[in-house]
Amino acid sequence: MDWRHFQALQKRRDFLQSCASGIGIMALADLLAGDGLTAAPAVPANPLAPRPPHFAPKAKNLIFMFMEGGPSQYELFDEKPTLRRYHGKPLPASHTEGLEFAFIQPTASILASSFPFRSYGECGMRLSELIPHIGSCADDICLLRSMHTESFNHHPAQLSLFTGSIQLGRPSLGSWVLYGLGSESSNLPGFVVLTSGPRGTSGGSSNFASGFLPSHYQGTVFRQSGEPILYLGNPPGVSIPTQRAALDLITDLNRIRRDSTGDEEISSRISNYELAFRMQSAAPELTDLSQEPSSIREMYGLDSSDEEEKQFATNCLLARRMVERGVRFVLMMDAGWDDHTEINKKLPKRCRKVDRPTGALIKDLKQRGLLDETLIVFGGEFGRTPMVELRRPEEADSAGRDHQPSAYSLWMAGGGIKGGQVVGSTDDFGLRIQQDPIHVHDLQATLLHCLGMDHERLTYRYTGREFRLTDVAGKVVEKLLL
Amino acid sequence: MRNIGLMIVEIRFLLFVSLLLGPELGRVASATPVEELADSSPTAVSILNTHCVRCHGPAQQLSGLRLDARGSVLDGGYSGPAIIPGDSDGSTLVQRLISDREGYRMPLGSPPLSGSQIDTIRSWTDQGAQWPEDAISPTEGDGSSPKDKDHWSFQPVVRPAIPPVRNRSWVRSPIDAFVLSRLETEGISPSREASREALFRRVNLDLTGLLPTPQEQKLFLLDNRSDAYEHLVNRLLASPHYGEKWARHWLDLARYADSDGYEKDLLRPHAWRWRQWVIDALNQDLPYDRFTLEQIAGDLLPDASQEQRVATGFLRSGLLNREAGVPRGQVRFEEVLDQTNTVATVWLGLTMGCAQCHDHKYDPTSQKQYYQFLAFFNEAQGREVDAPLPGEVGPYLKSLPRYREERRKLLENAQIFVSRLQERWEAMLVEADEHPGRHLDWDDILRGAILGELDRAMELLRMKPTDRSWRENDLLTRFFFRFPGPENAKDESLTERLKELGKKLGELDESFPDLSRASVVQAKPSQTHLALRGNYRSPGVVVRPATPDWLPPLGETGEPDRLGLARWLVRKDHPLTARVAVNRMWQELLGRGLVITSEDFGTQGERPSHPGLLDWLATEFMARGWSQKQLIRTIVISSTYRQSSRSRLQLEERDPENVLLARQNRLRLSAELIRDAALRVSGLLDTRIGGRSIRPAQPEWVSKLTYGKSAWQESQGRDRYRRGLYVLFKRSAPYPQMVNFDAPDSSTSVCRRERSNTVLQALNLLNDPVFMESARSLAIRILQEAPSSWEGRLDHAYRLCLGRLPSSRERERFRQFFTRQKEILEREPESVHQLTSGAVLEFQPLQVASWVAAGRAILNLDEFITRE
Repeated sequence: MDWRHFQALQKRRDFLQSCASGIGIMALADLLAGDGLTAAPAVPANPLAPRPPHFAPKAKNLIFMFMEGGPSQYELFDEKPTLRRYHGKPLPASHTEGLEFAFIQPTASILASSFPFRSYGECGMRLSELIPHIGSCADDICLLRSMHTESFNHHPAQLSLFTGSIQLGRPSLGSWVLYGLGSESSNLPGFVVLTSGPRGTSGGSSNFASGFLPSHYQGTVFRQSGEPILYLGNPPGVSIPTQRAALDLITDLNRIRRDSTGDEEISSRISNYELAFRMQSAAPELTDLSQEPSSIREMYGLDSSDEEEKQFATNCLLARRMVERGVRFVLMMDAGWDDHTEINKKLPKRCRKVDRPTGALIKDLKQRGLLDETLIVFGGEFGRTPMVELRRPEEADSAGRDHQPSAYSLWMAGGGIKGGQVVGSTDDFGLRIQQDPIHVHDLQATLLHCLGMDHERLTYRYTGREFRLTDVAGKVVEKLLL
Repeated sequence: MRNIGLMIVEIRFLLFVSLLLGPELGRVASATPVEELADSSPTAVSILNTHCVRCHGPAQQLSGLRLDARGSVLDGGYSGPAIIPGDSDGSTLVQRLISDREGYRMPLGSPPLSGSQIDTIRSWTDQGAQWPEDAISPTEGDGSSPKDKDHWSFQPVVRPAIPPVRNRSWVRSPIDAFVLSRLETEGISPSREASREALFRRVNLDLTGLLPTPQEQKLFLLDNRSDAYEHLVNRLLASPHYGEKWARHWLDLARYADSDGYEKDLLRPHAWRWRQWVIDALNQDLPYDRFTLEQIAGDLLPDASQEQRVATGFLRSGLLNREAGVPRGQVRFEEVLDQTNTVATVWLGLTMGCAQCHDHKYDPTSQKQYYQFLAFFNEAQGREVDAPLPGEVGPYLKSLPRYREERRKLLENAQIFVSRLQERWEAMLVEADEHPGRHLDWDDILRGAILGELDRAMELLRMKPTDRSWRENDLLTRFFFRFPGPENAKDESLTERLKELGKKLGELDESFPDLSRASVVQAKPSQTHLALRGNYRSPGVVVRPATPDWLPPLGETGEPDRLGLARWLVRKDHPLTARVAVNRMWQELLGRGLVITSEDFGTQGERPSHPGLLDWLATEFMARGWSQKQLIRTIVISSTYRQSSRSRLQLEERDPENVLLARQNRLRLSAELIRDAALRVSGLLDTRIGGRSIRPAQPEWVSKLTYGKSAWQESQGRDRYRRGLYVLFKRSAPYPQMVNFDAPDSSTSVCRRERSNTVLQALNLLNDPVFMESARSLAIRILQEAPSSWEGRLDHAYRLCLGRLPSSRERERFRQFFTRQKEILEREPESVHQLTSGAVLEFQPLQVASWVAAGRAILNLDEFITRE
């Protein structure tokens, strides 16, 4: 469906008239197949108004905790005792065929993990000791050890994860979700982006851009201090009464113009100015954490002396507050998990930063009864190699790992996900998937499924073809689901 | 690319049909056990006929392969010959029959052939793969794809007869006859002409992108010549701002930006030079055929001038991934794909990129034709060249000896044996390139920095210093200082000195006049392979540059190179080029194309609403020597263009999308023009034309979100107030106001922009400091220029911003506002101070502050940001 059709639909509010476009035909086919699509919904005039999903959803909201750069599965999620035996030796020749990496050669030596694993929860999930708080939620977590993707470079792999294509310019996951479901919040953006880490991500804004979807659906970046949203605050000298007086004037003059031109587009503009005004008070209320009880502050680590942990903890708490207020999709991007060097030094520090707040977020959502309707995803764009990357050969401490797209780990929890289980397995070196391969397209299909959408029916017509998040692929991974 | 949605529909439709028709038909599609079909002694050819020819025969040739004649079996498909007579083990056909890899083994989606069938084919192959003379081919075919070559846009453009109409007095140009005849058939009357004020504002915005001043308006309204409007149009087309306005549209098509995109997103300091060329070319009304030749193949023109080379920057405007460790082959492949797809979209209006991985599902472009088209661009490479603007060369040459001397002294005095260290550095990099894995630390520098950031790195490094130009040597030295390598890095004092020296060299470069440079392309012979499944790591057959055979032949226009391609595009009998171009110009002036999918004239695009008009415009365009200005003039002179944009109730019901053109369209201004409008009415706009990109103020954290965290160095002085066209476009962190108002992300060619209407737009206009500063300047301007009555001031504000006077209702509403605003501000002395920015003026601060608030409201009106 392209935007023009969409608008025409909104005007006429007649769903099945759209037979010439994607969803219309899908709807028709479904009616014929008799699999009971809900009654034709009236398409609202506001493109962000909530829209019914294709079928009953398991989750209403999604928090995507993106650990940018490629967290190492060997140190965190996928225990490989074999690496210890091969430590310092090259991979057996039988394993190197066809391997290619961004920086290292397939003949590089194996690097064993320096961090022990242990069993967590009643399910006994094996996870690293670096992440005890996340581990304490093991019975709610579904760990995927068999993720895979195509590209071994950051930006293309991030584009794959978030837009389903390595080419720049496609809509992001959050934009697709907002396009499909609309927003539950009438005074906050439906798709919010929170950032942390020492720098920006490789993907930058393309991880939350709306691509060829209309710009309503792009992610809105929230900051923790100062003005949470760009241009949210009134300029100096514009008090709340002045702002109100200006909006009243603008609205009345716009109405006069609408009446004389007959252009309904002006009505949308009027409602956007009203929403802007509401957002000006709702967003600061959202980011004001001063009313949170000390037990919650402590649970998340909000008052940590470590600035980085504090920042991440704040983002986790904000994510919960957003979900409570009806924000559909929260994308948390924590940059810097690209451990080419000094993995033994840098990774534990980063884990300390994210572990407690992440565990707190799961538990807090659970104690509020929100975990059932909130889907959490935690992971990166690819994993790392079992072989060492040694950029300074004379310094053994500088050891790190290169990028590996062929097999990596990621976990999910909450809305619609069966916790306490591990899905998929890899070979002794963690290089190849042995069971249940899950491509990023499959992950996307599953996420949309949990939110009540069929990834093959969520389409948008552009440059002569119907586009999907999952391109031409993607299967819902039933094993993950409740 | 597959059109998945539709494909699924097709499948569902088939299922649906099969349900209706019962199980018999349904069985046809299902797999029939192979053994049942095999007759007692099948020959190899009959096995091929039974199992292969449905997909590789006369009806369709998936992967370019036909298996129904010996010649075509030996020729093979995209991955090469299917059979090598006498060598069954080496024959792809046999390999694919016996493979156990799903998706690779043939026949696809069916059970494998039986052992005896495969044996038959093997022994037949080993015995020379003779084709029995009496073999019956399933059906004769011409080998062409069955796709729709009769599609309307592939047919020649023929100048249509101008249709008769009843209301002849409305017809100013043939355009109106086409529009009106359709309206009369539908029994709809056109709208009346827009008011002179509205028309004046509209045509100014459409032709120059600038709001006219009240003085200009007054002159126009006083001009009572019968052709005053035509005079106005001529004046606007001659304005140098015309080139700026229309350049932006062309920049969208060319996916122009000032940075590479992707992770590193390095700035392109020379990108603006090509933009300059576009502005100049449009202002000079370079005919569209020349405009085409120079941008696609300016370097190949006989005695190519500097500007003709600069024009090829069009091809260099795409994305470039310089992320460390990205395979160079992939980067190059993506660059050429992007050039191919962009040219196909911009000139042919075809979504050719769909054929990257397989034959186009709907249009007749086969995968092979796609790579033949791509081959034109693969035989070229990028270069950076000097492209001085007038006035640059003199000062440069004059200062050059002194520059060289100072540079030499600097290096000499530093007492570092730069050349010796650099020699070793170069050798190690060459070795790292030849023996990856031998020196891990050098690999890291080479793959992590040098290959990504230095174009033609290995070519330069392998040249002897004496064979390089001094500038090439200087360039390498600059990289040496930036990335001195692991050995030198160990020596701290050396590192420190190198850093210091690098800094001094940078300062020296800054202090001397330099020449503008440009990114261009030049010919470079290279072989092109079809990429199987669109993957550059799976090369298929070799292809030579060629144009699709279902369009006019390339042969008559020239060599199979980029120049030949460009000449072919602008052949007068080309069915697409002129249609596609005039449709976009129409779209920019009427709000939507006659073919609404202006990027897709293929079979999946929409059909033209007024086919006769489209062809008339196309022939008119060519007949007038491809003059864009004349075509635009023809359109804006028409009665169709001059109609009011007001909605009409009954019309809305019958034609909600205004396909029939019984009125003009109200169009929200583009991101750039909204900026221009606010700066213009406030008197801040700097209207200098051309030059480098500028950086207006933006919150610091916007650029911090990017990987590179590069600082946004705000422009100073008048540069801050230049037109939106010149705002630096950094792909990973574009200027927020551009994003909020739908400027394209410049990842691919964009033929028509979205016009969304969002809450972030409201916040942007209300609170962005640029608009606040505009409101302040507007207020002061109103107070200084208008008569001193309140009414006179409001009238002036309306004239400046909206090109009309307020109605009595509007005036009344403003009066209430001023009363209310005064009440508020009387209680907020600090606000008054802030709104007026503390400026000492001859006016009451409270009065100034009230007008700032009023001006801010006007800049936020829907009407202000709309061309009606």
